[in-house]
Amino acid sequence: MILAAAPGPEWYLTLSALLFAIGTVGVLIRRNPLVMFMCVELMLNAVNLTFVTLARQLDDLGGQVAVFFVLVVAAAEVVVGLGIIVSIFRRRQGATADDLSLLKG
Amino acid sequence: MEWFVFVAGAIICLAGAIGVVTSENPVHSALSLVGTLFGIAVLFIAQDAEFLAAVQIIVYAGAIVVLFLFVIMLLGVDSSEDIRVEPLSGQRTWAGVAGVLLAGGLVCVVWFGQTTGARSTAARNDPNLPNVTQIGRLIFTDYLWAFEITSVLLVIAVVGAVTLARHRHEALVDEPPADEIPAPAEEVAS
Repeated sequence: MILAAAPGPEWYLTLSALLFAIGTVGVLIRRNPLVMFMCVELMLNAVNLTFVTLARQLDDLGGQVAVFFVLVVAAAEVVVGLGIIVSIFRRRQGATADDLSLLKG
Repeated sequence: MEWFVFVAGAIICLAGAIGVVTSENPVHSALSLVGTLFGIAVLFIAQDAEFLAAVQIIVYAGAIVVLFLFVIMLLGVDSSEDIRVEPLSGQRTWAGVAGVLLAGGLVCVVWFGQTTGARSTAARNDPNLPNVTQIGRLIFTDYLWAFEITSVLLVIAVVGAVTLARHRHEALVDEPPADEIPAPAEEVAS
């Protein structure tokens, strides 16, 4: 396979697919709520990379504006999520995601 | 040259991502996350998205990861998660299978699919104008409504975070107000 002078969008999209998969596996196997949260951030970043890559491929800046809004929503999500985690941890020490079964029927 | 940038950024991203998932200590996970975010910012610059690269560093590496580290320090770094035990038998295996399937499916779509959809005419990238100028123009014209809604979202998030993190125990009311969030040990004692 002959490599082009610059990596095409397929390579960037492949990288973001791998990042997304790693984030998914992290959410599935980790039990510390903070680390699960970081893996969600990984997945968000993988999607951001996809947005920017397709924005360049389609020559359309709307994709970059979408990433801007994703960043804002991610910041708000982290604030609320960490607030929830702090209030959970204050009630029970060292909780993992397995211990939080209060809503289970 | 762009290959070099891409490969370096990709290695930083993947190493950081694997570090986030496999580190036993949450602090190490957070530091690996910084690596991934930095690599993504490098790839943003390689794809002519300078404004987003700067925002990525400032908002993610500067604010969000610091917030993560702050919460980790606040709650204590002692990881109650022993990464070697597997409470749900087969969980790792099936999670790995799911991850490989997901990655394989996405990569197949990328390499064997084609990009559909018409090219935009409204938000066409003008190579003569700086990136920041064009994004600013788009945000304050075409996306103005979404931008205004964003401010409402941020206000809601701030109010929600304050409501969640506030403690309502009468026993702790006589504490000095500067200490909004008490150490976890005091909370248990009450």
